[in-house]
Amino acid sequence: MSARQTYRDALREAHRSALGGDPRVLLIGEDVGRYGGSYAVSRGLLDEFGPDRIVDAPLSELGFVGAGVGAALGGLRPIVEIMTVNFSLLALDPIVNTAASLRHMSGGQFHVPLVIRMATGAGRQLAAQHSHSLEGWYAHVPGLRVLAPATVDDARGMLGAALDDPDPVVIFEHAQLYNVDGTLTAPGGDPDIAHARVRRPGGDVTLVTWGGMLPRTLAAAAELAEAGVDAAVVDLRVLRPLDMATVYESVRRTRRAVLVDESWRSGGFAAELSARLMECAFYDLDAPVERVATAEVPIPYARQLEEAALPQVASIVAAARRCLGGSA
Amino acid sequence: MAPRPRSRLHVPHPPARPGDPVDFSYVRTSPAGEMPRPEVAAPVATLAPLANELVRVLGDDHRAVGAWDPHLEPDVLQVGLRHMLLTRLFDERMQRTQRQGKISFYMRSLGEEAVSVAQAMALRPGDMLFPSYRNQGIYMVRGRPLVDLMCQLLSNTRDMCKGRQLPVMYHWKDGNIFSISGNLATQFPQAVGWAMAAAIKGQDDVACAWIGEGSSAEGDFHSAMIFAEVYNAPVILNVVNNQWAISTFQGFAGGEQATFAARGPGYGIPGIRVDGNDFLAVYAVTQWAAERARTGSGPTLIEHVTYRAAAHSTSDDPSRYRPKDEYERWPLGDPVERLKSHLVALGEWSEERHAALAKELEEHVTKSWKEATKFGTLTEGPKLDPDLMFEDVYKEMPPHLEKQRAQLRAELAAAAAERGAERG
Repeated sequence: MSARQTYRDALREAHRSALGGDPRVLLIGEDVGRYGGSYAVSRGLLDEFGPDRIVDAPLSELGFVGAGVGAALGGLRPIVEIMTVNFSLLALDPIVNTAASLRHMSGGQFHVPLVIRMATGAGRQLAAQHSHSLEGWYAHVPGLRVLAPATVDDARGMLGAALDDPDPVVIFEHAQLYNVDGTLTAPGGDPDIAHARVRRPGGDVTLVTWGGMLPRTLAAAAELAEAGVDAAVVDLRVLRPLDMATVYESVRRTRRAVLVDESWRSGGFAAELSARLMECAFYDLDAPVERVATAEVPIPYARQLEEAALPQVASIVAAARRCLGGSA
Repeated sequence: MAPRPRSRLHVPHPPARPGDPVDFSYVRTSPAGEMPRPEVAAPVATLAPLANELVRVLGDDHRAVGAWDPHLEPDVLQVGLRHMLLTRLFDERMQRTQRQGKISFYMRSLGEEAVSVAQAMALRPGDMLFPSYRNQGIYMVRGRPLVDLMCQLLSNTRDMCKGRQLPVMYHWKDGNIFSISGNLATQFPQAVGWAMAAAIKGQDDVACAWIGEGSSAEGDFHSAMIFAEVYNAPVILNVVNNQWAISTFQGFAGGEQATFAARGPGYGIPGIRVDGNDFLAVYAVTQWAAERARTGSGPTLIEHVTYRAAAHSTSDDPSRYRPKDEYERWPLGDPVERLKSHLVALGEWSEERHAALAKELEEHVTKSWKEATKFGTLTEGPKLDPDLMFEDVYKEMPPHLEKQRAQLRAELAAAAAERGAERG
């Protein structure tokens, strides 16, 4: 029985294991060395692995993501850490125009085995330039694998699998998850990077979410349970390529779906999920699909404004009740 | 009292537009042989003159002079001439082929052949090249058959890109030549990252990347320079200053007040301004930079002063934005003619041999084109299977792509059946 640990500790352990197991692996990013990373994921790793493996980078996302692409082409297995998803926009060109497309454009000759990790999401009063949820943008791009670990098991298990992937992988770590703790169900965590998981079985309504919204969605399910509603919670985990089979299977049973998405409603990832439910599960549904999303404003700073903008437990519960109509 | 000066917006404009007399007075040159050749490990602070003067080896008398003379054997020079001439003849033929509608797009490197050919020859096969789109000469040096390049231009069944990339966006993993990017300068930080990996692995291979002076305005240039300096990466970063980025003259990339090479010392990197039409000078500075990188003294920025004699691509008409006779008056001449004249001056070449070589290479191009078209043309012969586009998005095809492929197959089959029924 392993002890409880935080999501951050599980990520650090995943790095330690990857760096120890493969001399080609290195971590590069701003403040990853002595400082230990802006969310303290790499704290202590510099002393253990040295400055050639835990590489502090100049303040240029374009530079260190571009260099990461080059190092991957040069035979290494770089992990690039970006402080926050908003800053990753400065590196969209090497990510989308090179890493994601190169295997295809080059007729299969070149490929980019690069792992990019970044913090995402709101809830820490970091305002509009450090808080957005843009993983849906990345999930739009063919050639990328997009992961959203939401549990200690996934924080521990996904990194190694991502490094084994011959194609570029982008990992979104929600900033509110770093301090969440849990117990590993297996020593290496969950190394699956292809499938969604049912986090809570249920027969009345399916709540679909990923990343930072998982704890909140589970809390909503618990609240619904107190009112006698048995809600299932599906954690997508992998946004591209997307595993819908797990979602359809649950929806076939519950006949109702609520999509919980921290990004903006219009054109958000939940819109894609909703369209797929229409295409492939329409006749399984007894009610229109409900979406819970963030207000379509740049994330504000003041606590009460930020909270008001984001999906909360109450808004998820309310959406589930709407979906259930008069029956709950 | 005189009025106080005030700031005014400065919008650069080239010294000459169509109809104006050509004016290259802004191109500062130095006499051949004048620049000293520092030790390869010399500190950056001592190298400033290299960034502002012009390294030249071939003099007006076609003789090689000065400390930068790489003392190449005549047979090596003849190989260089052959590669440059092949590049030029290949370009000419592909340009005509595009005009005949047989390929859709082309970009010539006319007037810039020495940059790619001399540099690739000065490097080792294990060195990784990150080219831009006017570096086809490196393919000649590394021996890629013309047929393969032509099949790429035709997007036919033997296209190395399997029909997925623009014509001229070649790549060759086994030849250590990286893919060409349409997003300009993106290869600069990537080359630095490759070089960092070589250093981490303890290898002495170097990376060599090219961009035009126009795209040195991209943030990638700055990031690459910073990363190259910070990590002392074994990389050669080349800015090919061919004066024009489509219709944008080099003043718009910051070339009015300082040379492009002069940016190097500002980053703590040696900058060398070289006569890009002087095969020997380009070879020599590349050899110097490669040796510097290989022996742990880090990156070098090289500015090649040259002239884009042809249009940017088959899609533009330079007579709309620059004088027609600029190239004839370009002060650094023609790189092929200059190397040829040098070999003649050495007694190692003649007009007859040159004509014979040109004929041989022309025939080689003709034969290669015939061969390439066997694998399909734009209008005839075998065609790429649309199925192929679903491959190589990922190493393993995910279920959603299998599904989309099956759907496309079914739609194409239904359409074919319908056409069959109509004909029947």
